[in-house]
Amino acid sequence: MAEKNGKGRAAPALPRWANTTLSTLGSVAVTMLGLLFVTFIIGRVMPIDPVLAVVGERASQETYDAAFEAMGLDKPLLVQFGYYLWDVLHGDFGNSLLTAHPVSEDIKRVFPATFELATLGTIFGIFFGVPLGVMAAVRRGSWIDQVARVVALVGYSMPIFWLGLMGLLVFYGILGWVGGPGRVSIFYEDMVPVVTGMILIDSALDGNWTVFKDAFSHLILPASLLGYYSLAYISRMTRSFMLEQLSAEYIITARVKGMSERAVIWRHCFRNIRVQLITVIALSYANLLEGSVLTEIIFSWPGIGSYITTALLSADMNAVLGGTVVVGLIFILLNIFCDLLYKVLDPRAR
Amino acid sequence: MNLLDVEDLWVRFPTSSGMFEAVRGVSFSLGRERLGIVGESGSGKSMTGRAILRLIRPPGQVDAERIDLEGTNLMQMSEKEMRDVRGSQISMVMQDPKFSLNPVMTVGDQIMEAYQLHNKTNRREAKARAIEMLEAVSIRDAERVLRAYPHEMSGGMGQRIMIAMMMIPNPKILIADEPTSALDVSVQGQVLRIMDKLVQDRGMGLIFISHDLNLVADFCDRVLIMYAGRIVEVCQADRLHEATHPYTRGLLNSLPRLDAPKDRLEALVRDPDWRHQPSVSGLK
Repeated sequence: MAEKNGKGRAAPALPRWANTTLSTLGSVAVTMLGLLFVTFIIGRVMPIDPVLAVVGERASQETYDAAFEAMGLDKPLLVQFGYYLWDVLHGDFGNSLLTAHPVSEDIKRVFPATFELATLGTIFGIFFGVPLGVMAAVRRGSWIDQVARVVALVGYSMPIFWLGLMGLLVFYGILGWVGGPGRVSIFYEDMVPVVTGMILIDSALDGNWTVFKDAFSHLILPASLLGYYSLAYISRMTRSFMLEQLSAEYIITARVKGMSERAVIWRHCFRNIRVQLITVIALSYANLLEGSVLTEIIFSWPGIGSYITTALLSADMNAVLGGTVVVGLIFILLNIFCDLLYKVLDPRAR
Repeated sequence: MNLLDVEDLWVRFPTSSGMFEAVRGVSFSLGRERLGIVGESGSGKSMTGRAILRLIRPPGQVDAERIDLEGTNLMQMSEKEMRDVRGSQISMVMQDPKFSLNPVMTVGDQIMEAYQLHNKTNRREAKARAIEMLEAVSIRDAERVLRAYPHEMSGGMGQRIMIAMMMIPNPKILIADEPTSALDVSVQGQVLRIMDKLVQDRGMGLIFISHDLNLVADFCDRVLIMYAGRIVEVCQADRLHEATHPYTRGLLNSLPRLDAPKDRLEALVRDPDWRHQPSVSGLK
């Protein structure tokens, strides 16, 4: 018996954190592999000849064949997938037809623009949406609940291109409070060295506050527009999560203790909706990070949404697949981040 | 002086089909005793308990001639004054610790919070008191329990924690709303004994709300029997078997007895007239 136990424990068990890290990394790797496989298959089944895309339509048969071989298209599919994996792992998504740059460089340029917009929009959505939802739940049926309902309804139902155009017309065209389309005024373009690709941060790093102000005035309108849409969603969800928890018994316990209503709401009730709320916020953030095509087009915002859309419409497969992989990666990373947060915030998830 | 005098208490809820009256003109007093309130589901016993703490939320309405806590009418207090009463003067233990403890806060934080809401002290002092209190409800390894979360506790332990939490500010009255209904029979007795000892030692008044006649008869000094929002009978617990009201008799007869086995238990037949009989006063 003792001997058996001794043998069973020969391999020391890993500490819990290492176990968790390993299993997380494992699941990321598997998901990523699946994603790459899907994009690879899409690239192969699309009726677009990748060779023609490289050599051009008027190339001779010899040139075509040479390129066909050089791209490894004569090899078995599995080997081709291996090449594809190798390239992607080295950040090589091939060249874009449209821009003639490597896709990875293009993404490095367009993604920070979307990131800046989506992040500011989400912050806006959280900052106003969460308190609005909480108030609406706490004062259910009161005027503030009605106002919150209308605000969210408008957010859900108003087409963003219309609101975007009206916003430009009113705040840029008539009032002149904000900058127009684009990320900065033409005058300031390329004035600050690119570090992160996000103009707000780059200009701040450079200490160039004129550019910072200008970029901010360009960013604020599309960001608050996107923020409004995420506010609509976040506030509705916050309201229903809060209503569910407010009828829980531990809320009565807190009141029995003699706690003020404000403390009951924020200290006891709100703590219990954080996990659900994070899921909702992460989903809406991921949605914005994919690039909101309409907003980006209306505001001439050179983001990843309009990049992928343009590439798709002109059959620029390398760019489309590269963009898809990046978007997929964002979703995976956000998911891991959420999982970690759950464990921090909810003892039952540990 | 009585700890609590309740006179003509009404609890009403507006519904789409008119006003629903959950409690209809109930009067009783509580001394330093164990007062049982028994009744079936929907008889208004829990609502009576919550109304005393003024925890009926709008659109529910509470009306009473008076709810006097040692002579001070709670009905006339502001919400802020009422908050000082809750916890420190009157406290309440609810049915199921699985739901009545906050799942994302440690046991320690919840107990210390109950203490610190009414006592201006630092964390260390609160922690010492919390440990003392946990030991008073027979919890071993109190330090560890303080750091634990409610889902890591068993039902019986959870309820003892709940009792500790509600006793720590040293209230005068404890309302126990079906405190053992969600527990295994094996731990019910233990939880009751602990609660009883604390209540006796501190000279508190206990309002014990239950649907279990036998339990109440054993555990309490005096019993109010509620039906349809009214008190139909008041009696000493040890004389419960001498109860005269047909509802109480019906309840007693529907229980199996070891000393007088029956082939067939009586079903309770409700007389519509019971609804309209005036409420019996439990005032002393």
